Amino acid sequence: MASRRRYGLYGVLVVLFLAHNDLWYWRDARLVLGLPVGLLYHVVYCLVVAVVLAAAVYLGAPEPATPHRDHDDA
Amino acid sequence: MVTTIVLAYLLVVLAIGTLSHRLFRGTSEDYFVASRTIGPIVLLMTLFGTNMTAFAVLGASGEAYHVGIGVFSLVGSAAALINPVIFLFVGTRLWRLGRRHGYLTQVGLFRDRWESRSLGLLLFVALVGLIIPYLLIGVMGAGLSLEAITDGAIPRWAGSLVVCAVVLAYVWSGGLRGTAWVNTFQTSVFMSLGIVTFAVIVDKLGGLTTAMALVAATTPDLLIRGDAITPWQFLTYTCIPLSVGMMPHMFMHWLSARSAETFRLSVVAFPICLAVVWLPSVLLGVLGRIDFPDLEGTAANSVLIEMVGHYAPGVLGGLLAAGVCAAIMSSLDSQSLSLGTMFTEDIVRHYAAGHRWSERHQIRLGRAFVGVVLAVTFVLAQILDQSIFALAIWSFSGLAALFPLVAAALFWRRSTRQGAIACVVCAVSSWVYFLLRSGGDPGYTLGEAGVMPVVVMVAISTAALIGVSLITPPPGPRAIEKFFGSVGCRSV
Repeated sequence: MASRRRYGLYGVLVVLFLAHNDLWYWRDARLVLGLPVGLLYHVVYCLVVAVVLAAAVYLGAPEPATPHRDHDDA
Repeated sequence: MVTTIVLAYLLVVLAIGTLSHRLFRGTSEDYFVASRTIGPIVLLMTLFGTNMTAFAVLGASGEAYHVGIGVFSLVGSAAALINPVIFLFVGTRLWRLGRRHGYLTQVGLFRDRWESRSLGLLLFVALVGLIIPYLLIGVMGAGLSLEAITDGAIPRWAGSLVVCAVVLAYVWSGGLRGTAWVNTFQTSVFMSLGIVTFAVIVDKLGGLTTAMALVAATTPDLLIRGDAITPWQFLTYTCIPLSVGMMPHMFMHWLSARSAETFRLSVVAFPICLAVVWLPSVLLGVLGRIDFPDLEGTAANSVLIEMVGHYAPGVLGGLLAAGVCAAIMSSLDSQSLSLGTMFTEDIVRHYAAGHRWSERHQIRLGRAFVGVVLAVTFVLAQILDQSIFALAIWSFSGLAALFPLVAAALFWRRSTRQGAIACVVCAVSSWVYFLLRSGGDPGYTLGEAGVMPVVVMVAISTAALIGVSLITPPPGPRAIEKFFGSVGCRSV
């Protein structure tokens, strides 16, 4: 289960990396909500990254901190 | 008015730094990593503030003035993904090792990891050499912006000198705790002032839609990436944020965390903070073309200041100057302190091991080195005339080329000291080669496809690390057990 979650997280991060390269908006100068669509896409992208990382950190992906181990080390 | 606001701001900063000294425990661990007691909010603000400098405020708007909105995605949103991922996978592991084995610097950790003093010395020289351009960004940006905002009342040299002196004062008294506290305040200041400045100027321009429609009518190329950025350049630029994994000042702040759990907020909120700072900077750079269409080259670094002077002089101008100082000092302090820590721990303490240095003596040495670093940077800033964006990109590229080192230290047991040394030598050599070949041009790319040199530098240093490690004897069990055993970096 833990390894499935881990690989799931890696997969989502790879998708996010690929999604950063938005060739489809390269020459699109349309204004959406007052912003060029190519810029708006990347603002939304930042928010999506935050949501994914929040899920990873707070909803039990294997990598985030485990406080009880910190105390074990002390 | 502007000068008064800036001076008042600097006094507040000094007061916070001095206040933090009350909690000082008198030990070198407390001075250099705040006894590893920093909580989540301060960690987020200090990591973010340290990472954002004149590069984000002046450099981004200056570059957007020339290139357009693509600057946000090229640097900003790429860092929004890469940086927090590095915090999560690298930062927390380094924190655990630092806490368990008492490390204060990267050099100390890598020296132990591969049991090599030569590697430690080589890395010290490489990191100092790569951080100096980064320090210059701050000192030059401070002088430039204060001179522009005060219409020359504060000359460039005086602005740089004042900022260096204030940073030295609070780093001297507060160490890393003072730096973290001041950074928290400063990051709040420059984030909120960025938003306010943007709102005021856009309102004066008739609203965002009207202003952008004006840009679309006059300089539509600024609203797309178009030919200003090639897809290969865009893709290979994503290697540059890898530099975060090897920045000495980020490492130092990671070690100051109270627990691994403390990193959570930084991981999640970093992309949002980045958007909050970069969006106004980039948009104001683009909008600057409406009223100031003739800024050439590095003159575009002051486009933000020109716009504030034009649309909202007086109080907002003073507040913007304070915000720029905040962004600059929040990086300058950590960078200079990290160099002071490395000098004290990795050179003086390590090479004079027979000498019994008292805690007080170590702290004094660290402070003295911070002073020397700031003095040298100040002098260099008066001599050089270089684009802030160019300096930052080349500094980041060199640090990114060293990223395979930290990755191997944490994730590859078979890596050897010879491989690690080859990695550093190749990273530095390729950096020097491309820097000389490009003449310092940040837009320099390989061939017509637009491949950034950083990707070649990372590939070369990685190949050297892997190749040399595989043909040299595997490392002994002691370091492996220390780093990958039950209390090592196996899991966080």
